[in-house]
Amino acid sequence: MRRSTIAVAGLAVVALAGCSSSSSSSTPSASTSPSASTGSITVFAAASLTGTFTQLGKQFETAHPGDTVKFSFGPSSGLATEITSGAPADVFASAATANMDQVVSAGDASNPQNFAKNIMEVAVPPSNPAKVKSVNDLAKKSVKVALCQPQVPCGVVAAEVFKNVGITVKPVTLQADVKSVLTQVELGNVDAGMVYVTDVMSAGTKVKGVAIPAADNASTLYPIATINGSKQKSEAEAFVAYVLSPAGQQVLTAAGFEKP
Amino acid sequence: MVTRTAPSHLTARERARRTARGGASRSVPAPLLAPALIAVAFLVLPLAGLLIRAPWGHLRAALSGSDATQALVLSLWTATVTTGISLVIGVPLAWVLARSSFPGQRLLRALVTLPLVLPPVVGGVALLLAFSRVGFVGRYLDDWFGLTIPFTPLAVVMAETFVAMPFLIITVEGALRSADQGFEEAAATLGAKRMTVFRRVTVPLVAPSLGAGAVLCWARALGEFGATITFAGSFPGQTETMPIAVYYALETDPNTAIALSLVLLLVSVMVLVSLRDRWLRGGSLQ
Repeated sequence: MRRSTIAVAGLAVVALAGCSSSSSSSTPSASTSPSASTGSITVFAAASLTGTFTQLGKQFETAHPGDTVKFSFGPSSGLATEITSGAPADVFASAATANMDQVVSAGDASNPQNFAKNIMEVAVPPSNPAKVKSVNDLAKKSVKVALCQPQVPCGVVAAEVFKNVGITVKPVTLQADVKSVLTQVELGNVDAGMVYVTDVMSAGTKVKGVAIPAADNASTLYPIATINGSKQKSEAEAFVAYVLSPAGQQVLTAAGFEKP
Repeated sequence: MVTRTAPSHLTARERARRTARGGASRSVPAPLLAPALIAVAFLVLPLAGLLIRAPWGHLRAALSGSDATQALVLSLWTATVTTGISLVIGVPLAWVLARSSFPGQRLLRALVTLPLVLPPVVGGVALLLAFSRVGFVGRYLDDWFGLTIPFTPLAVVMAETFVAMPFLIITVEGALRSADQGFEEAAATLGAKRMTVFRRVTVPLVAPSLGAGAVLCWARALGEFGATITFAGSFPGQTETMPIAVYYALETDPNTAIALSLVLLLVSVMVLVSLRDRWLRGGSLQ
């Protein structure tokens, strides 16, 4: 018995130690591999850019044969922390200037350029179980709301909207990034989530959008910059130029982004 | 309970001393020593990093933030409730696995052991698909009782139980298998009912393993991250446990993240120490 207890305990200790590593793999932001082959760049981009940047990456690869683009999508705040801790990024595209400023002031990027603007919308499941008709309904106790963490851009902008409307919203969960808020709405776990208009558009029929009046809405700017420690500086600059080019802007506009 | 490697009249401490002497007299071959030292460095350096970088002067301030305190309280009580539930339903299952035989028992044991090796986040997804408001069980709980599990402390307890209970079950089952059944048979021959035998003979017989399993279960529940954040979400005071608070604090407030990590490290060390005592007592019970 003694030996088996020790064996199990040993296994358990391994599992206990493993918690922290399994936790990091459960988040969408963590996985990137350093760019090994020439012309391969890694772009850290806000979760709300998942659809558009994946498409832009493919177009960029077609326009620049031999170059490959890898993405790590996640909350801008998390990505900024990863970059300032030395994550192997070549380009950073943030969903808010604050997170870009954090990277710039750490000396990891310089001269960011704004390439898009986004506004908020309420996402509800297609059946709209809580009959949400306006953003004001989110203050009701019976409405289960998902928001982003307060340090993530979508959480900051949502708070701004609630301030403009003059309501207090008590969410049931604070998600890691805007895409996971959208997922909770898609799964029907919550009655409403605060996301960007572009997220509602990209989700197609899986969610319905409830527009927020322009007077109450708030926006966020998307800056992009190359990372100073990049070993693929010229490819990284080419990618940034592509995002700012008419071809890049067309993809962003088609997805619902506004010009900065 | 009876150890087969050493005479049972020796106390555990004496046995340990003898083993240590034997080990010390043998020199370690260089090809084994170098990689072993690298392994030690690899395991110890990150912990040293945590201790070196710790904001020792500001620990109290870093931990007194309301989110940190809430996370600490939530983690402690959910892990404790999880352990209680695991004892109430897990120990009987351990007995069923160890003492009865029926078709499909091996399959059942495999199913029970699965959460031990399953990535916790997968457990979280599975719980979500079963118990969420639109899940195949959760749907009826919501329709019939208006009970929505995700985003509540109940969801935290469920996620922790899913991940941690197998540690208790496997530990206790192993103990039941190797325990001397002679005592139980003797009690039965003397007229004790089966439940009486279980309560008065079986449970005391495996008590040390029961304790060790409970401590392991509690520690695993306290460290749970993947299943919890996936199934229960994250909201301060409701579902944001210590590991989740550490994860998010690292983005905004590294000092709090480190301070919370130190608390978890301290708890882990205490768990190891308490388990060591369990083992010693388990060995010297004879």
